[in-house]
Amino acid sequence: MKVKQVSVFLENRKGRLLEALEALKKADINITALSIADTSDFGVLRMITTDPDKTRKILEKSNFVVKENEVIAVAVEDRPGGLADVLKVLNDADLNVEYIYAFVRRSGEKAVVVLRTEDINKGINALKKAGVHLLRAEDVSRL
Amino acid sequence: MIWDKKSECMTEKERQRLQLERLKKIVKYAYEKVPFYRKRFDKAKIKPEDIKTLKDISRLPFTQKDDLREAYPFELFAAPLQEIVEIHTSSGTTGKPVVAGYTRNDIEVWSEVMARALAMAGTTKDDIVQNCYGYGLFTGGLGVHYGAHRIGATVVPISAGQTKRQIQCMVDFGTTIITCTPSYSLYLAEAIEEEKIDKKKIKLKAGCFGAEMWTERMREEIEKRLGLQALNIYGLTEIIGPGVAQECMEKTGLHIAEDHFYPEIISPETLEPLPDGQKGELVLTTLTREGMPMIRFRTKDITSLKRGECKCGRTLVKMERVQGRTDDMLKIRGVIVFPSAIERTLLEIKGIEPHYQIIVTRPHHLDELEVQVEVSKEIFSDEVKHLEEFRKKVENKIEDAIGLRVKVTLMEPRTLPRSEGKAKRVIDKRQL
Repeated sequence: MKVKQVSVFLENRKGRLLEALEALKKADINITALSIADTSDFGVLRMITTDPDKTRKILEKSNFVVKENEVIAVAVEDRPGGLADVLKVLNDADLNVEYIYAFVRRSGEKAVVVLRTEDINKGINALKKAGVHLLRAEDVSRL
Repeated sequence: MIWDKKSECMTEKERQRLQLERLKKIVKYAYEKVPFYRKRFDKAKIKPEDIKTLKDISRLPFTQKDDLREAYPFELFAAPLQEIVEIHTSSGTTGKPVVAGYTRNDIEVWSEVMARALAMAGTTKDDIVQNCYGYGLFTGGLGVHYGAHRIGATVVPISAGQTKRQIQCMVDFGTTIITCTPSYSLYLAEAIEEEKIDKKKIKLKAGCFGAEMWTERMREEIEKRLGLQALNIYGLTEIIGPGVAQECMEKTGLHIAEDHFYPEIISPETLEPLPDGQKGELVLTTLTREGMPMIRFRTKDITSLKRGECKCGRTLVKMERVQGRTDDMLKIRGVIVFPSAIERTLLEIKGIEPHYQIIVTRPHHLDELEVQVEVSKEIFSDEVKHLEEFRKKVENKIEDAIGLRVKVTLMEPRTLPRSEGKAKRVIDKRQL
């Protein structure tokens, strides 16, 4: 139920994000979800791609610092309160969310929410118990 | 063992009398034989006869590395070429190299001071000295060689490089004394460990390590990994080569052969002499050198002098391990900062690549110091929080070391210049 996410360290330099994305384009890797956390000096690019292992290798070859780790992906109703319901589950289980990002493919369909809790296994268990629709890696990349 | 008790254990009175006598002689000699000195002294309105006490040395003008470059190749030689028996040069990474000429007597003095240095590391006739300093124009190789000969030890003139062969000689010959740069000694230790050589086969007792800056932490590591006493040796081509100063087994500073090389510490800013114990730039005057006398040569090395009899029995003044160079000294908000202190701190933090750059700016009439470091895979996290924590940790450690708050910026790997040769570590953008 865990989905592999690739994170990349980005120096705050013009064109650096583009360089990363172009390396993926060349390797024919599709990004299905992405977020950037930024500070004044640097950013952390996080993404779910069609092939995380290849993504890491390609980016490392281009001299990026890359890390692969696991996150939770859930399908959420694309309606007011859809995400709130999911977060309530985690809140009730006393689990802290480290970061979260979401995307909707087509309006009205289910949204995909990528999140990471401090303890990823506890997060998965809590969500499962509450009947939240967890996505597998294949589900996310096939969206 | 003390090689030359008479010279190394003089009373203060004896020493000062000898130094003054030699100083007067060398100043007169330089003035008479070298037009460069004559011009300089005349300009400063000082005559050799004006040197009446040791303190009067501070009235003489300084000699700097640039002066030596301009004198390329032989203009500072005081002896005719017929009497010069050997020539060495410094590496010359910046501009023309510095050329040093030696008379037969200079080689004699060099052999003596190097014999003292090696003896401080415990070298006797029974020892095998593996000399991994480069032989050739560099003074390291031959300097050690002459000293080992003087003692009568067995020299293995293997020169630098060829690590496998170094280890083989070390094991097969039973090398007891090693001379090389401190970083090379660690490289050797690593290679020995990698080849899984039984440590019992390594007979090393002591090493004279020099020609680059190192730290107490490195000493501990070298001693532990090679099972020897790691001692500091100091010297420079302009003065004679290795053997200017050497640490004894007390490891509390390097004894300067001050009967041949007169040391002073000056403030690099006011150029005024500083009292013993205070940190400043080391200035050396050769008291006996015939081929190329050096009067008040500014070494640019930062250290301090310590007087008093050492537990080893020697009375020769001790200089502290070199703390940095004046060429890269920075003044930030009035505080003197050595990039080497920042470097040492960074080397102690896990997860930082050993590459960094220091950027000085003055945005609002106040100096700011930015230290750029490369992020390694080890410390990279997908959470900004962890990266920020790491950044703060580095900032705190640097503040502890230099007493100033700096801004640390995390950079991507391989974006900072590499230290092949001389990397530019400091970029001063202040318009002063």
